[in-house]
Amino acid sequence: MTQLALVIDLNVCVGCHACVTSCKEWNTSGWAGPLVDQNPYDASPTGTFFNRVQTFEVGTYPNTETVHFPKSCLHCEEPPCVPVCPTGASYKRPDNGIVLVDYDKCIGCKYCSWACPYGAREVDEEQKVMKKCTLCIDRITDAKLPERDRKPSCVLACPTSARLFGDVHDPDSEVSVAIRERGGYQLMPEWGTKPANHYLPRQKTRMHIDLDELTRVDNPLRKEDLTTYTGEETLDDVAW
Amino acid sequence: MHPAFSVIFLTTLIGAGQGLYLAMVTGQLYSIPRFVEAQGDRFYAVGSLVALLFLIAGLVASFFHLGRPERAWRAAAKWRTSWLSREVIVLPIVMALVLAYGLAHWMVWTDPLFEIGALKVDVTLLLGVVGTLASLALFVCTAMIYADVKFLQEWHTPLTVFNFTFFGAASGFMLAAAYSAYLGNPLVSFYGTWAVILTFAALGSRLAHLYRNAHIKRKSTVQTAIGVRHNTLVQRTQGATGGSFNTREFFHGRSQRFVQNVRYLFLILVFPLPVLLIGASYVAESPNLPILAFVVQYVGLLAERWTFFAEAQHPQNIYYQSVA
Repeated sequence: MTQLALVIDLNVCVGCHACVTSCKEWNTSGWAGPLVDQNPYDASPTGTFFNRVQTFEVGTYPNTETVHFPKSCLHCEEPPCVPVCPTGASYKRPDNGIVLVDYDKCIGCKYCSWACPYGAREVDEEQKVMKKCTLCIDRITDAKLPERDRKPSCVLACPTSARLFGDVHDPDSEVSVAIRERGGYQLMPEWGTKPANHYLPRQKTRMHIDLDELTRVDNPLRKEDLTTYTGEETLDDVAW
Repeated sequence: MHPAFSVIFLTTLIGAGQGLYLAMVTGQLYSIPRFVEAQGDRFYAVGSLVALLFLIAGLVASFFHLGRPERAWRAAAKWRTSWLSREVIVLPIVMALVLAYGLAHWMVWTDPLFEIGALKVDVTLLLGVVGTLASLALFVCTAMIYADVKFLQEWHTPLTVFNFTFFGAASGFMLAAAYSAYLGNPLVSFYGTWAVILTFAALGSRLAHLYRNAHIKRKSTVQTAIGVRHNTLVQRTQGATGGSFNTREFFHGRSQRFVQNVRYLFLILVFPLPVLLIGASYVAESPNLPILAFVVQYVGLLAERWTFFAEAQHPQNIYYQSVA
């Protein structure tokens, strides 16, 4: 069975929010109508977003590290938001494992948001229904688009390729290899929700240079020059 | 959690309605072996009507919680998995049974259908027993909506179910005492006594709940939330300056001191005050004090339900600790 998901590389995310804005742009222009914006140009702008980049600081100054942390629906393999829905509007697609909301069935009771430990669901204050990341279901399943464009908007927008997209159940997919070889992990594993989205940890990249690496030991000039210098003027010292 | 007034009124109003209905049936049952004076059928009929009005008021309040109330009928679909769906089904059943019970008394359908030993079973008794079971089932469904959400550790306990049941039954019997007192009926002391017993049961259950919640070990930490294993880990920005659904739905927005004060308020209004008022009504034989006792306890229950929401801490709040 296919389980589409994102793998987010915290090692290269620079916190530019390009995934946030591209997500908003794609999903506010789609078939489901706009994602509401309230007071967009006022003191407290708010609205519905499927994706946010948060920033955390690790350690104590000056030994700190900044972690930019993109957060969207994790498309859990055991989604706790689905069974609590009284209408069946919340469901997990059997063919690709994406957790979706049927906006025509949702009654806006918000119960599913209580049942999500990640805070991935938001109510659309205009349409009064629950909304959440769809992994751009209208884009990745659109056969009219060229193959390379059939990816979630956030993935295509990321300038550092911090977001990988694919089938985490296919052991040979790019995402599965990344999870396997680079220590991919899930958020809040203690709840047994089995999120499909994974995160790749930060890694320290250190450069070590030995002194002899600065001098070219096999310099051909040095090898062939058999002169023994005793402090006299050489050609290099002559000022013309 | 943000306490929504629609849900506060829903749970307290249907609790009192169910409790009053249970009180009516209890009164009828006690009158069979002549433990209490048998009442005319009109007493049970009007009592059931009042209970029905409370249930309807609760139902109306619940619609204010929905974004799309016109689609509420859809909520009966997923009763296999969702306690909310189960409540949506059981609530109208209880309302229908309360109506039928009241109607049966109003129409004086009291000819025995059959006899079990000395017990003459008539339509009202049958409806009363079935309605009682449905009413208890509704208490369980309502409470399990909260108790079943494992992420809200304050709610995820059987004590939530006991609280909802005892609080609803206590306020219902208090309402029955008020109703009897208003009519000048001698059952006021019977209902008053039961109301006090149920109030003490609710006190025990709620104090146990408060004690448990004061010692909760949080399953999620900021470390598990973002998967970075370091003891010093703080959020610098949540990604939005103007707030979001996440900051509005899951935070009560009041100080801890305010929550603590509301807690003290309900502990006074729900437990000692109504009990003292009922006790005083025995001594003074006042018809007004039981009514006052019910009103005071109901206001206290609104505060209790507010606290119930405010004290629940959702793990998603870990992601919303700092604006910028």
